[in-house]
Amino acid sequence: MLEESSEPGWLSEEVKTGTTIIAIEFDGGVVLGSDSRVSAGETVVNRVMNKLSLLHDKIYCALSGSAADAQTIAEMVNYQLDVHSIEVGEDPQVRSAATLVKNISYKYKEELSAHLIVAGWDKRAGGQVYVTLNGLLSRQPFAVGGSGSSYVYGFVDAEYRKAMSKEDCQQFVVNTLSLAMGRDGSSGGVAYLVTIDEKGAEEKCILGNELPTFYDQ
Amino acid sequence: MDSQIKGVSTGTTILAVTFNGGVIIGSDSRASIGGSYVSSKTINKLIQVHDRIFCCIAGSLADAQAVTKAAKFQISFHSIQMESPPLVKAAASVLKELCYNNKEELQAGFITAGWDRKKGPQVYTVALGGMLLSQPFTIGGSGSTYIYGYADAKYKPDMSKEECLQFATNALALAMGRDNVSGGVAHLVVITEEGVEHMVIPGDKLPKFHDE
Repeated sequence: MLEESSEPGWLSEEVKTGTTIIAIEFDGGVVLGSDSRVSAGETVVNRVMNKLSLLHDKIYCALSGSAADAQTIAEMVNYQLDVHSIEVGEDPQVRSAATLVKNISYKYKEELSAHLIVAGWDKRAGGQVYVTLNGLLSRQPFAVGGSGSSYVYGFVDAEYRKAMSKEDCQQFVVNTLSLAMGRDGSSGGVAYLVTIDEKGAEEKCILGNELPTFYDQ
Repeated sequence: MDSQIKGVSTGTTILAVTFNGGVIIGSDSRASIGGSYVSSKTINKLIQVHDRIFCCIAGSLADAQAVTKAAKFQISFHSIQMESPPLVKAAASVLKELCYNNKEELQAGFITAGWDRKKGPQVYTVALGGMLLSQPFTIGGSGSTYIYGYADAKYKPDMSKEECLQFATNALALAMGRDNVSGGVAHLVVITEEGVEHMVIPGDKLPKFHDE
């Protein structure tokens, strides 16, 4: 598409985190992963954005869709969770965080276009992953989202096994992100990983050249 | 893109993979109208254009049938003139010419796969606008989006026939599991120097994955 435009795309296009996000449960916690590309039309406006946002000490969410919408939802829920955890006097449940995200997504369904995957650990139910697409709330053993996720549905369907260990889950997430980033023009950059268990949340960043490579790369 | 095709479309999953000594070409068997009505559950999308050359179609079924009919005629005429079996590349080029010269009217993409004496097993893709590309393996159709990750991760060059069959069957099963306009049975054709072997795997015999 060769258009003679004197104005760069990022001045007029909406900023989207066209992206790949993934979260998976293991016995004792969860692993969340995301790429780091933020695009405005054809321009990459941020190549190192961390799309894994903290909602509480042991609850994170992964952002996709419109960058502004997703960040706003995450900030609102962060605030609401702080208030809620003071009221109940203990750490909030992952389900509570997911419900707060779902409430906003559903109520403002027409205005917002963001999908957040909520994942974390709490002492009642251990590691949990919730999807909140379009305002539904559903717990799943693992979830993928964002534009890059289409390309890896086949891979995750084939490779997922129940009862994987923490290291297997981390490898699974990294492989999936690498494959999606290889095919989706809106996903790329580095891979961010967050592993949450009883002890807390551990963040990790894997640079582009350290990602696993597959055939023809 | 498939939802803009008027009439019957093979919203579909097609693939072709080379292995050590041959090539496997495969597809699902669903034809749909507008993505909501399945007009055929058992259509065969693997068309034999010559003894050791097959092609498979994605996109508008009418366009695909018209093009393959014309291509089949041209290829057999060419092979009589040359007094030898056609090269796979020649067959793919015939399709490419038809697609490129009629690019405004047509909405179909093709995969051509086969075996010839000169280069052995080969796979060619003819994309929507008429681009011709040779690859060790290729996937196409609406269902292929979901298996790019799987194919990138699992393909290895120089597989054996059994490994390749497993790869192709798994890929088709995964795509049919996620794409609502792909489904039915899996058609697979194995082409080698010795001959051509056609297999049909019904839905309930396809490999199952973790959530099924």
